[in-house]
Amino acid sequence: MTSLPATAPMKKLGLVIDLDTCVGCHACAVNCKEWNTGGEMAPLTDMDPYGAEPEGVWFNRVHGYEAGDGANGRTVHFPRSCLHCETPACVTVCPTGASYKREEDGIVLVDEDKCIGCKLCSWACPYGAREFDETVGVMKKCTLCVDRIYNETIPEAERVPACVSTCPASARHFGDLGDPNSDVSKLVAERGGYDLAPEFDYKPTNKYLPPRERMPSAPAAAEAAGEPQGLLKWVDRMLSI
Amino acid sequence: MNPAPSVIFFTTLSGLGYGLAFWLAIARAFGAIPAETPWFGAISLGVALALVSAGLLSSTAHLGHPERAWRAFSQWRTSWLSREGVAAVVTFIPLGLLWLAWMLGATGGIWAFVALLGAALALITVYCTGMIYQSLKPIQAWATGWTTPIYLLFALMTGAHAVAALAAWFGYGASWQASAALILTVALAIAKLMYWRSVDTATPFSTPESATGLGRFGKVRQLEAPHVTENYITREMGFKVARKHAAKLRMIVYAIGFGVPTLVAMLMLITGPSALLATIGVLAAMVGAIAERWLFFAEAKHAVMNFYGER
Repeated sequence: MTSLPATAPMKKLGLVIDLDTCVGCHACAVNCKEWNTGGEMAPLTDMDPYGAEPEGVWFNRVHGYEAGDGANGRTVHFPRSCLHCETPACVTVCPTGASYKREEDGIVLVDEDKCIGCKLCSWACPYGAREFDETVGVMKKCTLCVDRIYNETIPEAERVPACVSTCPASARHFGDLGDPNSDVSKLVAERGGYDLAPEFDYKPTNKYLPPRERMPSAPAAAEAAGEPQGLLKWVDRMLSI
Repeated sequence: MNPAPSVIFFTTLSGLGYGLAFWLAIARAFGAIPAETPWFGAISLGVALALVSAGLLSSTAHLGHPERAWRAFSQWRTSWLSREGVAAVVTFIPLGLLWLAWMLGATGGIWAFVALLGAALALITVYCTGMIYQSLKPIQAWATGWTTPIYLLFALMTGAHAVAALAAWFGYGASWQASAALILTVALAIAKLMYWRSVDTATPFSTPESATGLGRFGKVRQLEAPHVTENYITREMGFKVARKHAAKLRMIVYAIGFGVPTLVAMLMLITGPSALLATIGVLAAMVGAIAERWLFFAEAKHAVMNFYGER
């Protein structure tokens, strides 16, 4: 059914992505591809994989941005994937019932056996979360690794989305954003986690943590404290021995 | 947005078919065309139904799994695409019955009712088509109150020129046909002018700054794209048309799509119905409709491109 759950899910599983610590290594995107090409939505088809113009289906794309100018400008690595919105238009526009939002945990999924490949859901998503698989003829998207997080055949510590498990900078966090006492909810509250493109009012579950306020550099801090700088600092240090 | 030929032909051909069916059904219901015209009814309403069917079939050409298209009738509670599918099928019932009755020379009040029902359902189907696009918030140029009225006006306008042409060929030409064609062409030209003015001057609803949330630091530029080749998103949503080509195509829509049909309709109001003139009118109107529909897609920017730093 493409109607949204009658009662909004209490549990809102999702990701919190820390733009302050993300180093832009693309490991999350690669491990996502690796897991999911054999998972729930498999395969994630590649076209011309060894040729000059390889392209394929990925659930996670890492952009790099420059924001602002001069000393206050930032370079930000920015992973983009499905945000598992609370009121996702990609679900309600689906004519066949292939696209749905789970009542138990809020995960947005596609039933590949019902999808007719009309692509309307991808038009309805402002986040580019859905990618059409030309070879299989159906729409594919992030499953929040639904086949990992509940998987009792793998060690408990690994029951997190593939992107989270692989992040070397711990920039990705997984948990229940519907529970205000969960670690992820506390992190969002503490760091001012925000929604992407809130103007669409699709109420994304995933949150992004903004880059932190810049710490003053050590020399600037010393200067502010009235301590000598440069050569004077060296002379000062030598004479203080 | 990528202007997929299957969708352009679907919306323009089925629009023409529904518009033609609307005018034929209205003419039949109010006796503007006599009921005892089996050949005219069979051929003209047959053409309308064939155009609608061709359009619907063409729309399945862009599906990944056309054999599952029947599933699209199930989600009418939330999906305009599903509603359109249901409306299209339901519309075939009264229009198909009217077609048979017309061919067999059946008269009687009941057929006026069936004809009115068919006319209303034809408009409802086109309304659903317009709403599919109008309800998509990420495409600002579509999510305006103009989209659905313009879809309806195109169906009624091209349909009016088509009914004028068919009626003239069969010798049932009348001034109401040219009048309807003229009024609708002028109304559409004005609506399209106002639409283009409003989308050309609109402030962006979503920007790279709001999409990424990095506007707090200033202007956002994409430094590194996530992929070096194209992908589904950039091909489907990132289609760009050169401004000079768009300007030329808009001129074609105005000159051929609105100008020629307006002149033809005015001439026919002066000289009387003419099969040749009316045929030129409907062909020109369709060239304009196809060019306009191509632009409707090609000029529309999708909000996902904000993530690729496009403005």
